[in-house]
Amino acid sequence: MSEVLLQMRGVSKGFRGVQALQKVDFTLRAGEIHALMGENGAGKSTLIKVLTGVHPRDSGEIFLLGKKISPQSPREAEETGISTVYQEINLIPELSVAENIMIGRQPRRLGMIDWKALNSRARGALKRLDLDIDPSRPVSSYSLAIQQMVSIARALDVNAKMLILDEPTSSLDEKEVAELFKLMRNLRDKGLGLVFVTHFLDQVYAVTDRITVLRNGELVGEYPTAELPKLDLVARMLGRDPVAAEHTPERIAAAAGTSAAKPLLKVRQLGRKGAIEPLDFEIARGEVVGLAGLLGSGRTETARLIAGADRRTSGSIEIDGHPAALSSPAAAINLGIAFLSEDRKKEGIIPTLSVRENLILAMQAKRGVLRQLPARKQEELAAHYIKALRIKTPSAETPIQNLSGGNQQKVLLARWLCLQPKLIILDEPTRGIDVGAKAEIEKLVESLRQEGMAVLFISSELEEVVRTSQRVVVLRDHRKVGELGGPELSEHQIMKMIASHE
Amino acid sequence: MSNAGPQLEERPKIQERRKTEERPGIGSRILQSRPFWPLAGLGLLLGYCFFFDPGFFDIAIRDGNLHGPILSIVRFAVMVMFIAIGMTLVISTGGVDLSVGSVMAVVGALVATLAVKYQLSGPALLGAAAGAALVIGLFNGSLIAYAGVQPIIATLIMMVLGRGVALAITGGIPLSVQDPLVLFMGKGHFLGLPVQIVLVLAFFALASLACRKTAAGLFIESVGDNETASRLSGINARGIKLLVYVFSAICAAVAALVYIGDVGRVEPDQLGLLLELDAITAVVVGGTVLTGGRFTLLGSLIGALLIQTLTTVLIRAGMPSDVAPVPKALVIITVCLMQSPKLRGQFAGLFGGFRRTTT
Repeated sequence: MSEVLLQMRGVSKGFRGVQALQKVDFTLRAGEIHALMGENGAGKSTLIKVLTGVHPRDSGEIFLLGKKISPQSPREAEETGISTVYQEINLIPELSVAENIMIGRQPRRLGMIDWKALNSRARGALKRLDLDIDPSRPVSSYSLAIQQMVSIARALDVNAKMLILDEPTSSLDEKEVAELFKLMRNLRDKGLGLVFVTHFLDQVYAVTDRITVLRNGELVGEYPTAELPKLDLVARMLGRDPVAAEHTPERIAAAAGTSAAKPLLKVRQLGRKGAIEPLDFEIARGEVVGLAGLLGSGRTETARLIAGADRRTSGSIEIDGHPAALSSPAAAINLGIAFLSEDRKKEGIIPTLSVRENLILAMQAKRGVLRQLPARKQEELAAHYIKALRIKTPSAETPIQNLSGGNQQKVLLARWLCLQPKLIILDEPTRGIDVGAKAEIEKLVESLRQEGMAVLFISSELEEVVRTSQRVVVLRDHRKVGELGGPELSEHQIMKMIASHE
Repeated sequence: MSNAGPQLEERPKIQERRKTEERPGIGSRILQSRPFWPLAGLGLLLGYCFFFDPGFFDIAIRDGNLHGPILSIVRFAVMVMFIAIGMTLVISTGGVDLSVGSVMAVVGALVATLAVKYQLSGPALLGAAAGAALVIGLFNGSLIAYAGVQPIIATLIMMVLGRGVALAITGGIPLSVQDPLVLFMGKGHFLGLPVQIVLVLAFFALASLACRKTAAGLFIESVGDNETASRLSGINARGIKLLVYVFSAICAAVAALVYIGDVGRVEPDQLGLLLELDAITAVVVGGTVLTGGRFTLLGSLIGALLIQTLTTVLIRAGMPSDVAPVPKALVIITVCLMQSPKLRGQFAGLFGGFRRTTT
């Protein structure tokens, strides 16, 4: 086995009571590409930030080549040999390639920048990466992939021993990814250690030697890539046992009995460039359809197209057999579509307005600015839903920002339910809320279904999707990879689909 | 994951709040209301005048109309009040309108030129003023709502542009205005009260009704507080923004008419100069927060009064008008500090035995 480059032992880090990392170990060897995998909130970025000195760690030890280190800033980390290339390319487009590579450490002569030395050192850095480009041209004249490689050249110029690549491929096309991978292998063969953070499963199998999986801030395990089947990787990321998941626990949802019914929502070749590849699916009245997939697979993007929040660039949407333009959220609402968005804080609550005002907002918007809901009616609606959904609030006039996450979520649900929509889209309705409220929301979904509402249910928790949905549409890398219903529907099958090759 | 933290922390707070908020003392409720502090400042000033400035409260009846220092304060404050009404709504959406002073100049120049050169009648002049305001408001509003230009930049452009247009219209020379309708708006009396005071009160009443008896007020606050969420809830956020800038320009146009009616002449390089700053100050002192959200029109009117009273009191006390801005600034800072939820909470705690548990 090759030499151990970096060792992190028992690293913990908490933010205001939330344990982001709990006694995590991580080992990187020289001459390997090591994937760091995990869902949103698994602790990947926290681990990297602790390693690069962005966040101080609470406990644990870090050794680089056997020497204990404790970087206090990204710069200090860089000087000890830990370089990072971030997702967004942060080069200065107007400056030349050479200037970008040498920025912040320009060689000087007599207090002036030594341009000759600067250009020759930059040329050397590019040569080490076998990059044949002109260092005197502005960075902006090159493709994104080349720019990404220039960032790598910059990161490597200081005697780097290891390189962290944080989602480097998210803005590159296939050919550019291949170029980047060539470069990564090249660096590995020169004895560097590379940490590769991505959520593209195929890329992990294409280029890495080893995988470390994190979940909920804890280490799940470290595996040689060749010995970990894709299905097992997905299962570990989602915290499911790939075998046990075969037998799905009790389902709340009844078996699909509505397949003969005319669909309420019919989506054909619906897509948006750069967000989601064209896909088809249908939802009937009284049916809950789940959208499953890993983070970044295109679930929210799909929901936003149906909710009128984004414009589609291809395909058609039919509601009750009539084509729907859905050019704005207001247009979607008028057709009976409600959208509970994933980001409660940014896209949901109006923080300083009261619970009552937040609750009646969509209904008032639908009525128009001139036909104000009578005060009595507003109070009745607020009182009704506070009771029906058991919203814990001192009064209907309390600013919604004073409520807990789960109760805010219930107010937002009420905002949509009082419109009695035909279709409700729930994007991660249970994220970040406590177990009790979670169960209540799941139960609510089932009762809405029984009343004949169509539901599009999005969740990162497979168990929840399987429990509440009749059918599940599975997405991977911005495209639909399959659909499961009836007896086929299980966590295991979904994971298999997520992991499958095309 | 990060959601779990605040949630755990918030739980006990809510229960604590419930205990206290169900029966807050009447004192604390007054202390918590937005217009309280500017009103308190105003009261303090008037109290000072009561003891140290005899004659301040004198009201005389001349030609059947009321006159006196108090009434002149109100008259001087009227211009800022008109503008502040529009500015309040703009600020509530999270924007700002720097062009109001220039709108006044354009409207003034236009009205004076049409009256002097083309002998247009009063109603036609009002129509022209409204038309000019509409055009400018739509220009500001579309730049901000549809082209996505920052409010401060869009209206700054109009501030510079408008002043130039006003000078071009009149050729840079002051004009006198003798139209009876315009003069009536500025100098006339109605039921013994100056028409401009009646007008500003009517305008305030109309704006309040329009905001609170329709959903406009709710939508404006909602867009200012969280535009994305408002849009997703079906509110036409762009339309709302367009509307408030048009309304702001119309408010400025009325302010211009009242002012030129009062002084009887138009100086396009001076009319409305720096008035946007007074209006913004009045709004902020009145209790509407610059970052948008909740607004109070009444607070803005009180804010305008407070600033004008302060200026008058200082000048009556013999302070040179060049130095007057210094104590004015101090008072404004004090009022703003008093409005910060943190300080206000501590004060309320002192007076009402009510402790705010949230920040």
